[in-house]
Amino acid sequence: MIAINNISKWYGGFRVLTDCSTAVAKGEVVVVCGPSGSGKSTLIKCVNALEPFQQGEITVDGVSVGAKDTDLPKLRARIGMVFQNFELFPHLSVMENLTLAQIKVLGRTPEAATAKGAALLERVGLAAHAAKFPGQLSGGQQQRVAIARALAMDPIAMLFDEPTSALDPEMINEVLDVMVDLAKEGMTMMVVTHEMGFARKVAHRVVFMDKGEIVEDAPKEDFFGKPRSERAQLFLSKILQH
Amino acid sequence: MGDLDFEIIGRALPYLAGGLRYTFQLTLVAATGGVIFGTLLAMARLSSFKPLALAAAGYVNLMRSIPLLLVIFWFYFMMPVLLQSLTGAERPPQIGAERSAYITFVMFEAAFFCEIMRAGIQSIAKGQAGAGYALGLNYWQVMGKIVLPQAFRNMLPILLTQSIILFQDVSLVSLLNVTDFVGAAVKVAQRDSRVVEMYLFVAVVYFVLCFALSAAVKRLQLRIAIVR
Amino acid sequence: MKLDIFLQQVPDGDGTWWQSLASGLQWTLLVALLAWIMAFALGSLVGVARTTDKRWLTRLGDTYVELFRNIPLLVQFFLWYFVVPGLIPSVKVWVTTLDPTQHQLVTAIVCLGFFTSARIAEQVRSGIQSLARGQRNAGYAVGLTQVQTYRFVLLPMAYRIIIPPLTSELMNLIKNTAVAYSIGLTELFFRTREMGEMTFRYFEAFAAATLIYIVISMAANRVMAFIERRVAVPGYIAGSH
Repeated sequence: MIAINNISKWYGGFRVLTDCSTAVAKGEVVVVCGPSGSGKSTLIKCVNALEPFQQGEITVDGVSVGAKDTDLPKLRARIGMVFQNFELFPHLSVMENLTLAQIKVLGRTPEAATAKGAALLERVGLAAHAAKFPGQLSGGQQQRVAIARALAMDPIAMLFDEPTSALDPEMINEVLDVMVDLAKEGMTMMVVTHEMGFARKVAHRVVFMDKGEIVEDAPKEDFFGKPRSERAQLFLSKILQH
Repeated sequence: MGDLDFEIIGRALPYLAGGLRYTFQLTLVAATGGVIFGTLLAMARLSSFKPLALAAAGYVNLMRSIPLLLVIFWFYFMMPVLLQSLTGAERPPQIGAERSAYITFVMFEAAFFCEIMRAGIQSIAKGQAGAGYALGLNYWQVMGKIVLPQAFRNMLPILLTQSIILFQDVSLVSLLNVTDFVGAAVKVAQRDSRVVEMYLFVAVVYFVLCFALSAAVKRLQLRIAIVR
Repeated sequence: MKLDIFLQQVPDGDGTWWQSLASGLQWTLLVALLAWIMAFALGSLVGVARTTDKRWLTRLGDTYVELFRNIPLLVQFFLWYFVVPGLIPSVKVWVTTLDPTQHQLVTAIVCLGFFTSARIAEQVRSGIQSLARGQRNAGYAVGLTQVQTYRFVLLPMAYRIIIPPLTSELMNLIKNTAVAYSIGLTELFFRTREMGEMTFRYFEAFAAATLIYIVISMAANRVMAFIERRVAVPGYIAGSH
């Protein structure tokens, strides 16, 4: 579904990604972890071309992301993305956040878009908040709306960029629960996160990054059992201490 | 296009330079006086003595809500009358547009510099003033030695940017027949019927000067940001 | 101060001085309104251009803003009124078909429109840049095109954020209409000065103009405050994003 082949990226003279390769098969859940500044957020943003890259190729469902003639809006509409800081549109109501792209990008009627939005709000447990504005919701609620907004486009895959990092601790689980359900339904997911509990529960594979490189790319059992690289061992020992 | 004559500018250059000198003088005096009076006004606006604060605020808001052109004409026509009533002279003294412009611009710019200095004072007043009072300094010592020097330094780029606007606004005195840079150009343009050449020249000179000055202010701003 | 002067007839006009000032006020408001519409449209375009990732577009936008910001408004009036028709024959031909009042009116609107547009462009640019980078990404991520992202995501919030500085720009524009006096447009300041010169009642004339300008300023302020309240986003705290 998602194939990342030998991606390298520079900011000016500074190399942020070095020769990264990995893949996410249909229905697979891949967790990407690593210390801050390791390039994991940059890598996931390359997948829907929010970040340009200078070398290598990424294809999503057979479509090349970096190719000049690719219709990026059309491609992005098929990939859902959830951001660290939610990035709901603050001037639109919760329902309008869910219907905007359905109407403007997919050309659905307002009625169909609203019906879809209502069903998704029900699913993330926020049906009562449809008329509210993002600023009136808690962080956890906003992030659940953001997931619903991405799902409203009927994506073929979902990207999560540290979806719980900006949340207060007591709100993390309400978001993770939604993500676990999604994984269990067979959604193709690429998730940048520090939540190792989530990885243990639903991930198929774990990708470990450090200093812009993919250091380890292994099935979950192997990664948590006996990571081969020292860097991954060090990272795990630090993150699992508490 | 063919019948443009830019040599006219060369011949008029000494006269234009005289106008430009007046423009610079007026800008400098108005900026200096405006900052001094503006700072006093800002202190008045922040005063805990309500009538003083209200009077200062009223003055500032009045100056900011009417056109500069109207202010220029107010001062030009009313100053002699005011001076007459102050000095008790028999006839209104003739001070002339050239000189009245100095007073006009100091008084007008004071309102704008006041708002800049007020923001500057407020941005540092809280903690720093408390520290000063804790050391046993009085109001004037705290203001003069601690708050104002810092406020002035922080606001320097904005004060200079406002001075560049002032430099451009001075051109309006030409409508009182004063020979500032624009006034000089208007007179030459009308005498020799060379309107296109003269006004183009004036525009280019202003653009080059203001652009260079703004760039210098931007550089200064970066330097200050780094020092801080 | 005797107010009866306002009820006296203008010597060679048809009406009282009060009516003369009122007619000047109409011109002032007409020029301000049309120049504002022009400035808002142009300023938005240039402001948006300065936030795109096309280098040549941002350069062009920056140059536009610098051009109109570094030449005094009075000189810009002279450029539009004398120099542009003097340099471009087709404009000259067109201008000769206008009567003087029309020529002054068009000049004032175009001059103030461009001048104010550069200032609005600066506000629009800073408004868009004050939004989190993630908002643009969020728009792209749901499949919106660049134009749609500006139209539905970035600009609605940017405009809301810059209402206060836009309010001062509107007030500046209203004050700046007085400079149209320099090309002879019979707006409020022109009528004020005329009244002073013909009656020697400068104090009354200037006081009336001062009062009128204050009232328009306050009215414009109220209108903008009303708009600001109407479009306020529930729960949104400026700067928290």
